[in-house]
Amino acid sequence: MSADVIIKAEELTMRFGGLIAVSEFSAGIERGSIAGLIGPNGAGKTTCFNMITGFYKPTEGRVLLNGEDLTGRPPYEACKAGIARTFQNIRLFGNETVLENVMIGCHMRQKTGWLQAVLYLPSYVKEERAIRKRSMELLDVVGLADLASEKANSLPYGAQRRLEIARALATSPSFLLLDEPAAGMNPQETQELMTFIRDIRSRFDLTILLIEHDMKVVMGICEQIWVLDYGVTIAQGRPEEIQANPKVIEAYLGEEYVSHA
Amino acid sequence: MNAAMFIQHFLNSLTLGSLYALIAIGYTMVYGILRLINFAHGEIFMLGAYFVFWGLTLVHLPWPVAMVLSILVTAGLGMLVDQIAYRPLRDAPRISALISAIGVSFFLQNVAIVFFQAIPREVYRPEWLENPILMGDVRVLPLTLFVPLLSFFLMMGLVYIVYRTKTGLGMRAISRDLETSYLMGVPVNRVIAITFGIGSALAAASGIMWALRYPQLQPIMGVVPGFKAFIAAVFGGIGSIQGAVIGGLVLGFIEIMTVAFFPELAGYRDAFAFILLILILLVKPTGLLGAKPEDKV
Amino acid sequence: MKTSTKISLNLAVTAALGLFLFWAQGSLDGYKIQILNLIAVNIILALSLNLIYGFTGMFSLGHAGFMAIGAYVCSILIMTPDQKEMLFILDAAYPWIQNAHAPFLVAVVAGGLTAAVAGYLIGVPLLRLGDDYLGIATLGFAEIVRVIANNIPRVTNGALGFKGIPDYANLWWNFGWCLVTFYVIVRIINSNTGNALKAIRDDEIAAKAMGINVFRYKLLSFSIGAFFAGVGGALLASLLTTIDPKMFLFTLTFNVLMIVVTGGLGSITGSIMAGVGITALLEWLRFVENPISLGSFELPGIPGMRMVVFSLALIFIILFRREGIMGMREFTWQGARNLLTGKRRAS
Ligand SMILES: Nc1ncnc2c1ncn2[C@@H]1O[C@H](COP(=O)(O)OP(=O)(O)OP(=O)(O)O)[C@@H](O)[C@H]1O
Ligand SMILES: [Mg+2]
Repeated sequence: MSADVIIKAEELTMRFGGLIAVSEFSAGIERGSIAGLIGPNGAGKTTCFNMITGFYKPTEGRVLLNGEDLTGRPPYEACKAGIARTFQNIRLFGNETVLENVMIGCHMRQKTGWLQAVLYLPSYVKEERAIRKRSMELLDVVGLADLASEKANSLPYGAQRRLEIARALATSPSFLLLDEPAAGMNPQETQELMTFIRDIRSRFDLTILLIEHDMKVVMGICEQIWVLDYGVTIAQGRPEEIQANPKVIEAYLGEEYVSHA
Repeated sequence: MNAAMFIQHFLNSLTLGSLYALIAIGYTMVYGILRLINFAHGEIFMLGAYFVFWGLTLVHLPWPVAMVLSILVTAGLGMLVDQIAYRPLRDAPRISALISAIGVSFFLQNVAIVFFQAIPREVYRPEWLENPILMGDVRVLPLTLFVPLLSFFLMMGLVYIVYRTKTGLGMRAISRDLETSYLMGVPVNRVIAITFGIGSALAAASGIMWALRYPQLQPIMGVVPGFKAFIAAVFGGIGSIQGAVIGGLVLGFIEIMTVAFFPELAGYRDAFAFILLILILLVKPTGLLGAKPEDKV
Repeated sequence: MKTSTKISLNLAVTAALGLFLFWAQGSLDGYKIQILNLIAVNIILALSLNLIYGFTGMFSLGHAGFMAIGAYVCSILIMTPDQKEMLFILDAAYPWIQNAHAPFLVAVVAGGLTAAVAGYLIGVPLLRLGDDYLGIATLGFAEIVRVIANNIPRVTNGALGFKGIPDYANLWWNFGWCLVTFYVIVRIINSNTGNALKAIRDDEIAAKAMGINVFRYKLLSFSIGAFFAGVGGALLASLLTTIDPKMFLFTLTFNVLMIVVTGGLGSITGSIMAGVGITALLEWLRFVENPISLGSFELPGIPGMRMVVFSLALIFIILFRREGIMGMREFTWQGARNLLTGKRRAS
């Protein structure tokens, strides 16, 4: 298995003053898989994402992408290395158009900069056109091509979530983290989302880690699952193992439920 | 430098420092609650001084009466400014209120120019503040003792309000978390208004004593002390009243003592505070006693 | 609309501006020409602040500092050595100040570059600060520049400042630089780099997650803005022919901020419109401050009234129309055509 692990978290610990938000979180995610990170509210899931993507510097532990140590590097370097993410509370560039939002994702791998833009060099014009085209294609993938010139903050909720994913894809990641992608969606949308996630995984050769409270999604598409409770990893395994794990049921439903059941 | 001169400088530092501290308290209280740099605070300080001048020359009030009246009127003015220029912007981006505050600052300053002209005016000082007291070799103006003493009493009063009254409890609650305080039934708007009132009253007191100490009034007199006091508040840790007092005193000492020991730096005196500001922001943006703001993703 | 059509239209407007300036040069009186000159300089300053604050979201109050740097560098370079010898009466200038001399174009560029370097150097430590602290710290920078200018008499002639700076900055220079500023800034904000800047303005955290090196781009935007602020200061020095440290008080920054906020943060069109409008208004308000004679009867001028009106206007805009004239919208040829033909939206 170790040969095929794309991202590895080694005993990640995050302390905020006295609070230990995450304690010794270790995980290795197989290349090309879809993995899940679950746990009750405040369990430390988003904090794990923040450590992996460089937003928080872990108090202890390491993050390795393809064997390369990324611990403590700033977010833009993590992104450059191939890690992209979405946010639990959607963070779009609200005043920009849908198309521009995706183009911003392409910016990191753009070669021509402001000077070429001012001089209006052919290389700049060409690259900018290519970026525009690629961004439109990505919008097509998430079904937002028709809304390309709308302002991002005028989109309905579901579309905003999809735009956030398109924008993350624009950075050409190899590892994608989704923080509660199904939040606020109805069952029909959730169903579509599951197909969509599988679809982008194979189309863009991605490895995906997602946080989700909707167990239908988690059990439906994840191949590996980690369960956090109060920052501690209480279980890890395939969906059916997790479903049968009493510790997990306890964490989610409280002790009472387990003993009465 | 002999001991007598040193004592002289020490007392001067204490005076200047207390004046800064009184202004700094207003900045720190408002920032603590609203996260707003009340840019107009320096002008409130200036108007406090002018009101006394008016009371003395136009209405011929006795000194203490003029002083108390001026402090009350200035407190009202501070509350009015908040009601008109800041309150409608509570839900707006933070910088909007700051720009509004900059507008108010220029407005008050220029209203003062319109009414009082830009020329500096002499301030009449009561006699009992004029006759120097001799203590050995040291000649001390009663004012140099009066200013720190009065400032001290005012600060004690403030500490009482903040830590021993319900309003003070409200202030501390709001500075922790405005929304929750609102939900918990703290009369947020009233507490904010009172905060502006108290801050402005202290600024007025400082302005009046400033006018006595450096006996001159002019419409732009609030600008430089205002900035410096703000810097003192940042130095002490913005949001902390004790911090503002310490910051004000430290700044007073730095200014007076640097010029006393290195007279060739006198020309740069007004830059010290800003250099200090930039250094603090770089080294310890939370200041001496400030709490670290959370930065959640 | 085709790109070639747009380019022709842009060229036509530029030509029209040229013709207008040509006409103005020949037929308007000196006072009106001066107002036109000030309009050009104010637009340069507003565009540069808009790049920093409106497009990148960095609340900077340091414009007067950059302008001072540009003004002093340019003035020192365009005054002749003889002129400087006469000017520095209290303390003689350093020889390298005394002998420095350059043509106007070089001097303005040098002023801009020096300001940009200053912007870069203070940007490195300061741009890590959040909005209001950044504002205060940059304001502090501008004040420090002023205090320094006061205290290095062998470079700046101290509090006396410079008089008789050559008045090269005519309509052609000022509007030429105005066009350059406009062109450069529009190119930047319409490129994907501009999108990155706007991303930082809208949501810094998301921008980081998109792989944008936020600090680097802030520094870039800040330095470019400082460059044009320096250029504006340089032109202003030659336009007014006198400068001293008192000229670069916070009021100067306030005026620029007023234009940017009135026009709309993040709107080039707005900055230009407000640049014209507010410069004219400021000049018109000058009358209020000067004595007015009505036949034999004389109304005294009211000093301070100008800024009273002006600051009230700013408060009003912030309270009642925070987005300014244009919000973040821009004039486009397509938009103009749609307006004319009554079409709501076209490709
Ligand atoms: N920057 C921070 N400073 C202090 N405490 C923090 C910070 N970020 C997170 N925490 C705390 O860490 C704990 C874990 O938070 P986290 O956001 O990771 O939970 P989560 O599992 O994502 O929960 P949810 O399902 O509600 O999103 C919480 O107690 C939270 O308050
Ligand atoms: Mg979370």
